[in-house]
Amino acid sequence: MRPKSYSIFGGHGSKSGVEHAAEVIFTVCGFFAVLAVASITLYMIISGTPALFKVGILDILFGTIWMPAAATPSFGILYVILTSIIGTALAILIGVPIGVMTAVFLAEVAPERLTNIVRPAVELLAGIPSVIYGLLGILILNPLMYKIELKIFAGSTTHQFTGGANLISAVLVLALMILPTVINISESALRAVPQHLRSASLALGATKIQTIFSAVLPAAKSGIITAIVLGTGRAIGEAMAISLVSGSSVNMPLPFNSVRFLTTAIVSEMSYSAGLHKQVLFTIGLVLFAFIMLINITLNNLLKKGEESHDK
Amino acid sequence: MTNDIVIPVQKESAVTHSIYNQKNRISDSFLTFLIYLCASISIMVLVGIMGYVFVRGIPEISLEFLTTVPSTIKGTFGIVGNIVNTLYVVVITLLIATPLGVGAAIYLNEYAKGGKAVRIIEFTTETLAGIPSIIFGLFGYVFFGNTLGLGYSILTGALTLSIMVLPLITRTTQEALKTVPESYRSGALGIGATKWYMIRTILLPSAMPGIVTGIILAIGRIVGESAALLFTAGSGYLLPKDFFGKIFESGGTLTIQLYLCMQKAKYGQAFGIAVVLLVIVLAINGLAKFLSHKFNTEVKES
Repeated sequence: MRPKSYSIFGGHGSKSGVEHAAEVIFTVCGFFAVLAVASITLYMIISGTPALFKVGILDILFGTIWMPAAATPSFGILYVILTSIIGTALAILIGVPIGVMTAVFLAEVAPERLTNIVRPAVELLAGIPSVIYGLLGILILNPLMYKIELKIFAGSTTHQFTGGANLISAVLVLALMILPTVINISESALRAVPQHLRSASLALGATKIQTIFSAVLPAAKSGIITAIVLGTGRAIGEAMAISLVSGSSVNMPLPFNSVRFLTTAIVSEMSYSAGLHKQVLFTIGLVLFAFIMLINITLNNLLKKGEESHDK
Repeated sequence: MTNDIVIPVQKESAVTHSIYNQKNRISDSFLTFLIYLCASISIMVLVGIMGYVFVRGIPEISLEFLTTVPSTIKGTFGIVGNIVNTLYVVVITLLIATPLGVGAAIYLNEYAKGGKAVRIIEFTTETLAGIPSIIFGLFGYVFFGNTLGLGYSILTGALTLSIMVLPLITRTTQEALKTVPESYRSGALGIGATKWYMIRTILLPSAMPGIVTGIILAIGRIVGESAALLFTAGSGYLLPKDFFGKIFESGGTLTIQLYLCMQKAKYGQAFGIAVVLLVIVLAINGLAKFLSHKFNTEVKES
């Protein structure tokens, strides 16, 4: 902790009204974030829970039939939840290895001149609006997937053709979208590894690659895990990029099925839903919010653990 | 080719090469190949995206596209209404979020005395940064739209987005304040300035480049945002008739219009908007880079 400076007029009696006002205003600003999180949590719970009790917690969370517009509507969101979990997991499985390897390239292998070109490019990737990813997904990935689908399911009578808008397309878009997050955070973690670890490993006779994979990467483990958790948060919360790419009908999350994620369910039906249907959409929002809070708390614990080990 | 690559050592160090420098191992070659492959995938993807969007989108851009509003009678399409809406949203959001974010950073860095309160504020700021935009959208729709009765309007969208960019502005301002040397504070206070006077005349001007960089990054987020605006700002595309009245009317930003075009399968128009968005994002990125670069060198010189 740095030493604090105090005004020579710092006594309680000499503070003018303006000084007091400034302190109070800044304190209020400081607590605004707390207020925001508290009210978001409160409102998500208030608007998400009524449907839980009206439909029944088990029916809504573990039901598999989604027919909100039928005469006897059915609101089972199990497939939607499963799609979000499986889709995010697959995106992490594809995105994290590529991202970590790119970070290794930037931090350990590439000459400095190349790093200075690639890193801004990665930052730019993070700044591209998510709808543009969606647009490219529709026009590039979906036709490709449709061709593959036609080949695999040629002659099949049970398969519902989706025109390429399926789980794989959505997963690929998501994997692409988490890349910048994973690359940036893993790279700073790798750069924070002390140089003497590398020197010691090289001096013991390990090759450069052995050093990277058995000394540097394990030392940067906590940073890379943070990157994975942040990437998970980003993937599970992404809506606009995948809402049209994933096909958007509620199905089992199988690779070639048209699927619906938690986020895309909200985006695609919010505009025309009413009554109980709308309340169920808010319940979906609540489920998503619960996942996000879980990820945030995990992240907070990870960061705290990292700080503690640095302090020692 | 594996082991003769020069290691980019950041600091001068005694050992930078393996003593087995001449030896080739198959697993090493394989892993090196993997590293290069993954790095090139990441880069190719970026180049591919930019290239594809520009190739498909630039032919769509014309004077009419940029300066008119869509007209069903004439059958033409233009995005000037959306550009104006985007400007409205950006300006109003920043007017709300900047004072709050900078104020919070000043509190955390200058006034707070540590302890539980600061830990809670920092945890909630982190949480706020991790909440996906669709949740902000739902919250804005329920709270600003329904509870406060603002409906689908630019103000609803801007209020929602100001909560969203708040952590970004708070964090960058905090970083900027941390780089102001402690001696500035001691000096100002030592010659008799009060704390608020010191913050106003010494701290904020010294931290200004950092704060401006944060604001520019926030603009980038606002311009690229879509999910949080879909249920809050709506999708109006007409030019404002009344300068202040527009705040209470619905207005879709460029990203919303892009999404709507995509939904209607009008991909040409969508690519036109995508090019406009990419140019804005590129400009913002460059500006932020330029500013932070300038800022860093200034620090080094002093």
